[in-house]
Order: sequence, then C-alpha cells, then structure tokens
Amino acid sequence: MLLPTALRARVAGAPGAAEPLPVERNPEARAAPFRFVPRLVRFPREHEFFEDGDVQRHLYLQDVLTQVAEAPEKSRVPEFTCQVAGCCQVFAALEDYQHHYHMMHGNACSLCSRAFPSEHLLDTHILEWHDSLFQILAERQDMYQCLVEGCPEKFKTTQDRKDHMVRLHLYPADFRFDKPKTNRGPATPETVADLSTRTLADDGDAMEVCCEPTSLTPARVGERRTYNHRIPSTICFGQGALRGFKSTKKRNKHH
Amino acid sequence: MWSRRQSHLRRVACGVEELRCRRREQEAALRKARREQQLVSKRLLRESPEEAAGEGAAAVLGEAEIQQFLRLAQRGTDEKEREKALVSLRRGLQHLETQQTFIWMEGSMRILVGLLTCNRALLQLEAARCLHELSHSEQSAVAEACLPATSYLLIYLSGHSSDFIELCLYTLGNLIVESEAVRRHLLPQGIVPALASCIQSPHVAVLEAVGYTLSQLLQAKEAPEKIIPHILDSTLLQHMLQLMQPGPKLNPGVAVEFAWSLHYIICSQVNNALLITHGALSTLVLLLLDLAEVVQRTEDVGLELLACPVIRCLSNLLAEVATEDVGGQMELRDERIVAALFILLEFFLQKQPSLLPEGLWLLNNLTANSPTLCTSLLSLDLIEPLLQLLSLSNVVTVLDCIYVSLQVLTVLCNVAEKGPAYCQQLWPGPLLPCLLNTVALSDTDVVGQSLELLQLLFLYQPEGLNSGPFSCQAGAAFNPASFKIHQGSLGPRRIWRRKVFQGGFNGHYRHFLLTVVGGILHRPTLG
Repeated sequence: MLLPTALRARVAGAPGAAEPLPVERNPEARAAPFRFVPRLVRFPREHEFFEDGDVQRHLYLQDVLTQVAEAPEKSRVPEFTCQVAGCCQVFAALEDYQHHYHMMHGNACSLCSRAFPSEHLLDTHILEWHDSLFQILAERQDMYQCLVEGCPEKFKTTQDRKDHMVRLHLYPADFRFDKPKTNRGPATPETVADLSTRTLADDGDAMEVCCEPTSLTPARVGERRTYNHRIPSTICFGQGALRGFKSTKKRNKHH
Repeated sequence: MWSRRQSHLRRVACGVEELRCRRREQEAALRKARREQQLVSKRLLRESPEEAAGEGAAAVLGEAEIQQFLRLAQRGTDEKEREKALVSLRRGLQHLETQQTFIWMEGSMRILVGLLTCNRALLQLEAARCLHELSHSEQSAVAEACLPATSYLLIYLSGHSSDFIELCLYTLGNLIVESEAVRRHLLPQGIVPALASCIQSPHVAVLEAVGYTLSQLLQAKEAPEKIIPHILDSTLLQHMLQLMQPGPKLNPGVAVEFAWSLHYIICSQVNNALLITHGALSTLVLLLLDLAEVVQRTEDVGLELLACPVIRCLSNLLAEVATEDVGGQMELRDERIVAALFILLEFFLQKQPSLLPEGLWLLNNLTANSPTLCTSLLSLDLIEPLLQLLSLSNVVTVLDCIYVSLQVLTVLCNVAEKGPAYCQQLWPGPLLPCLLNTVALSDTDVVGQSLELLQLLFLYQPEGLNSGPFSCQAGAAFNPASFKIHQGSLGPRRIWRRKVFQGGFNGHYRHFLLTVVGGILHRPTLG
C-alpha cells in the first residue's frame, strides 16, 4: 500500500478535521433493486470473524505461560542474616530474603509478633485483639467485620462471622486466618492415618487473625492503648509502654 | 513481556524449520479449538513437559515418594531439606500421573495448603509453585482439587511480595480457565476486589499477571451474566483504562492484557454505555494514534497483538454510538483516526494480513454515519490506497481477498451514498478501472456491491461516466455476455458475511446490470 507522504505527519499533528462536505441524498438511491444503507456492524463474542486474531492471541499466551512456570534464577550472595530483631533466618539469595521480609515482617503486629499476609488482616487483628474500645463496643453491637474485602457485614461473634464466610463466601471451614487462638483441639475426623494429624496448628500460630473473645483475660480488656502497634516495640514513648520484645503471656503477668 | 518472550525462543534447542512446523501445528490446533468454542481450554496454553526443552525433566512420582516428600516438607528439621523436598515434589508434578496420584491421596492437598500458609516464607513459595504446577494440569479434576487453596491465594494478592503475587495470579488464572466450579467459588470469595487492589500495584509483572487473570475470567462462558456486571461495578474499569493511556509509562505487555480484557467486556455487550461514560472511546482513540506512530518507528515484534484488540474495542463501541451527533464525541470528528488506521492497515498488510478485515471493519464503522470522516478519506487522499486493497491476491488467501474487496467496496459506498459532493471527489483517479475489475469477478457479493457503488456514482454524478478512461474500456469490460451471474459456490463458512454486509441481496442486480449497461452502451458519447 502506498500511503500519501503527508499522512504520517498528520497523525502526529493536531486533532481536528476538514469541514465535512454537504450531504445531499436522493431517495432514488435506495429504490429497488438497490438496498445499500450504511450500517454499523458489531460482532459478538464467539463470532467466527474473530477467529484469526484469537488464534494469534493464544499463540502468544502459550509462550508467556511456559515461561511463567519456570522458577526464576536466583542471584547468589554470601550468606547473611535477617536484620529484624528476633529473627535469625539466614539467606543466600536476595530474592529469598525479599520474599521472607515481605511475608514475615511486612505486615507484622509488633505487640504479639504475628505476621499476616495482608495489611487488611493486620488491621483487623489489631482492632480485634489489641483494642480495648473494640471489646467494649463489641458487647453492645455487631463489630466483627467479614474478612472478605468489600463485604460490609458485621457480626456479634467470630463464630458468626466464620459461619457467614463459609456459607456466603464459600471459604473453607478450616480457614486458617479465623482460627481461635487456643484451639489445638482434637484431631478432626478427616485427617489422614498415614500422615501426621498435627498439621496446621503447629506452623500456624504466626498467621492467625483473631481469637475468641472469651479467651481474653479481664486484664486485657482493661488495658489502655498507649502506643501505635506498628512501631517496633523497642521504641518507648513513656510510662506504661514496654521496651523490648515481650510475649503476651509475660505482659499479662505484669498487669 | 517482550524480552521474556524472545529469550524463551532462543532457549529452545531446535532448528528454525522445526520451530515453524511446530508453530503451524499449534495454530491448526488452536483454530480447531476456536471453531469448537473450546479455545479457552488450558491444555492448549502450555506445551507438555516432554516437548519442553529437556532441562530438569523429572520422573513420575509414586504415592510413596509423594508421601515422603510431603512428610519431609512438613516436619523436617532442616529448612533446606524441607525446601528441597517441595522442589522435588514440584518437578514430579509436571507429569499428569503424579498430579493424579497426588490429588487422590487423602490429606495431601491439606498438607500443601498448610505449607502454603505456614510461617516459613520460602516453604510458602515452594508450596505455591507446586500449586502452580497443579493448576497447569490438563484435567479439570486436578484443578478442582486445588479449590481449598484458592481463598489463600486470593488473600496473598493483597500482600507485598510482588513475585509471590505474580505466581498466585497466574495460578488463579489457570484454575479459572479450567473449571467452572473454581469460578463459582472465586467470585463470592472476592476475586474482583482482590484484582481491583492488585491492579494498583506499581510492579509491571504484577500488572501483566492481573491482566492475564482478568482476561481468562472474562472468557468464561458465564461471564456476561455473572462476572462482567461485578467488574463493571468495581473500580477495575477505571484502572484498566488508565493503564491503557498512551505515554511514557505505557507498558506494551500490560496494555495487551487489558486491551484483550476490554475486548471481552465490550463484545459481550453487557453495558457498553457505561464504558463510553468512563471515557473508553477517547482512551482507545489515543492508543490507536499512539500505535500508528510507534509502528512507523520500530521494527517491534508483536504490536499487532495490541492493535487487534484495540481495533475490535473501538469498532464495537462505535456501533453503540448512534450518530455523529452524540454530544461530546469530538474524537469522532478527528481525522487523525482515519490516518492512523491506514498506517495500521499497511502494517497489517506486511506483518499480519489476516487482520486486514478487522481494520476494514473499523473503517466501515467510522465512515458509515460520519460525513466528517468520509470527507477526511477524500481530503487525505486515501481513496487510492484503499483501492489498492482490491488487488491483493498474492498476499492473502482467495477467500480473504474476496472479503477484503467486499469491505473496501462497502466503505466506498459509505462515502458515495452521502451525495453528489462526495461522488464528485470519488471519480478522478483509478476508481473506475478498479471497479470494472471487481465487476468482472465471479463472486456474487463483490459484484453486487460494485454495482451498488456504480449505481450511486451514476445517480449522483452522471457526468463522471463520460470521462475518457471509461469510454475506452466500456466496450471491452461491459460486455453483457461476460456477466453471467452465477450463484457463487461460496463455502458455508463465508455465507454469514453476505448476510452481514449485504442484507440478503440477491438476483436483482441482474436487472440493474442490464439497465445501467444498456444505458451506458447506448449513450451517444460512447459510440
């Protein structure tokens, strides 16, 4: 195709168009046997017209997906330890450390050192675990928000919330991020004979969001929030705040 | 995106001819699947492990071995050992037999999900990779077995580790494609809000993965009723359009995915008015202009992958916009669109001739109800290039050639039917000789359309018929005997084209032919 030379410049030029020529239709133009009428054409999803382009699209996807499946090469470095206080994991590749940091320290509660996969879950945890005002309000109204982002429902108890998530949002009944803290309970019937029945709870403490309200001690309820829980606990703001890395158990003893 | 693709092609250790042959086979398989409306099936999306370049090809694992690896991963003391166990498991899971053994073992998925959510980041990652392998399976049963993991994969999408998020996204995308049960779970589990939050990530790889997952979700059969309304209700649309804005930040790989997603939304015709309100038209037009500029500058492979969905989106959206008088649609009065489209048509002609019909479809929708753009065609001297598309037999297949001719003639009719001022500008140049050629073709639709055009020209600008070239050729070409209108033996494949572009026009043009030809041949000036 030989295009006019001015065309390329036109594309780069300013928007606009020449004044349209006057339209003057003669009704005879559409007299039988002639039927031409300008028609806007649209094609629906599965139309045959799209076959060629769709095939090219899938050829491209085949290439992409084959590469995604391959594990990436890692950049090896001399071994080093994680810099976060209290964590002594060792790494020999930067990508490994990056992933570790994001997963374990990215959304971590500084009060109880639990790590969460997302900021949303961390916020929920802090609210439900460490906020005494929340506990007070929870006695009077539905405060436990559904964990699915965008769902506005709130519930009186975590059990109600869990039922909602299982029923409406089709979450698994053993969804880990809603497990009551102290439940290391009897093995569930469907666990396997060959493989150990101690499965999730052992590794899982770090990933829990909330606990049953009844497991809270009265002392916890009366506790006053004196500092922002995202600030590392090594920073102290004054009276009542704790230094260093204390477990919750010890704190209860002090109060 | 582009660099990854090219490096893959380099790594495959076989000759160019073998590559081409394999490519042809792939294409044939895809075409067949498309016709059976099975194109979305995942087994076509990935090469089988035997075909892949033989690095790290692993053996099939038996039940005992799987158990051993799982036990070691779950309860081993040394973290490196635990990781290695999962790596071995993953390699074994490349094989369908291992996948099947795995999912039929009691508790295996539970353990894997437990590892996915454990407090060791690298074990999580390896567990996710095992799931990714499973998600690639050819069998729906394997994909469905991964259901317990989906809620966690969704939650991880709101995390910070971009590699992990990317992996989870591709895994979800694969699972979505294969199983309706998985989709039925993912929607209430909140996949749309999760994608809406991921799409705000600054990482290009994550954005590309979001686009992929979204495009797979949108191809589902139930998408128009069950999925697209949710997507239109969310903030996804605004972000998609933003990511398709041309400019220095535009990443072609990302734009391709979202352009295809937009195409699936638009061609489902759920609520295209909403898309227009959100400015989809202007974004698409700007992107088209940008593409036309880039195409001239670089020899970049793959721009047609972006051009194709953009053209489709624009064309289908224009069919929603009734007339040129829609308020605020200034871009429809911008002749740069037409200029850009012709540049892209030329690009298609060189790189991907099978996309010419799509480009011409857009041209039809641009010109059908638009005096401005019809005038632009004339003022920008685009009639001649358009006519060149009437003689393409050496580049495209015969059937495509016929169809392209039909489309070109339709566009010319769009221009001619607007009246004498337009016809006057159409006449000069090679229009008539080209028309005479097309009228001599055996395809009934093409002949019919040519005659429609001739009739319009004759009606609005009869003086044009007296021009010199016409009179010489009249005797040779307009020989009534040569116009035996035979019902063409068009294959059933192409019958629909006649219906779409012609509205069932048949038989009457014989009458016209005799009238016009008789009238022309009896004119005193032609002798």
